[in-house]
Amino acid sequence: MNTFLTIILYAILGFASGIFGGLGMGGGTLLIPLLNIFLGFDQKLCQGINLVSFLVMALFSLIIHFKNGYIQTKGIFYIIISGLALSLLGSFLAGALPSEILKISFGVFLCILSVVQFAQTISPKGKKDKNKGK
Amino acid sequence: MKKKRAKIDKKGKKNDEKNKSFTKKQKLWLILSGGAIGLLNGFFGGGGGMICVPILQKVLGLDAKQSHATAIAVIFPLSLISAFVYVINGYISSFPLLSVGLGVVLGGITGSFALKFLPPKAIRIIFAIIMFVGGIRLII
Repeated sequence: MNTFLTIILYAILGFASGIFGGLGMGGGTLLIPLLNIFLGFDQKLCQGINLVSFLVMALFSLIIHFKNGYIQTKGIFYIIISGLALSLLGSFLAGALPSEILKISFGVFLCILSVVQFAQTISPKGKKDKNKGK
Repeated sequence: MKKKRAKIDKKGKKNDEKNKSFTKKQKLWLILSGGAIGLLNGFFGGGGGMICVPILQKVLGLDAKQSHATAIAVIFPLSLISAFVYVINGYISSFPLLSVGLGVVLGGITGSFALKFLPPKAIRIIFAIIMFVGGIRLII
């Protein structure tokens, strides 16, 4: 019974962040702090769980987005090529650092991301385009 | 006059997007930002998508829905490589992975269908606030 409840709790946290992940809004940026703060998982475990579960989730959401015609492949090749090389570096770097430092830097990363997103949401897009035109 | 010009510009832009040619500046931006996305996504085990969305919008001119969906396609191969490194290093244990992962997959499918109704500003702002609080909590 206890194990069952644990599975349910884990799955609920996963579900909540999965919704944002499917929306492309950064499910992982929600899942990692949730797992760390509420369940006390090690930072590296949180990050690993996020990466693997994202992969499975992305398979489904990519199919759905593709059917809806939202995926634009032009130009993303350039991002992916350089991204692949440096994500290797990033992963090994994460492995080389102690979890505590990783956790604090992730906190800083989250704060910056949230401020950027906040600013982007508030600033009206129409105004920017008009300024460019002038 | 100005309005007409703007319209022509917009049409011109759209035509450019349809053709596959990119300027050197665009390519450079894509390659540089790709590196940053990969580095952060690998180091933090996520979050690359959030950086990818505005870049797709600004450099490739995608709209909000397209950029959110395409960001997932960009992050997928990067996360695949990173996940491989994490698994090899033995950071992942199977029980939490399977139960959390089950939730993530179900939530992800729900969220994907919901992209048709992209969340309103209010939800994004709440999301940003939650992230900020979470970030502070992790730092402390």
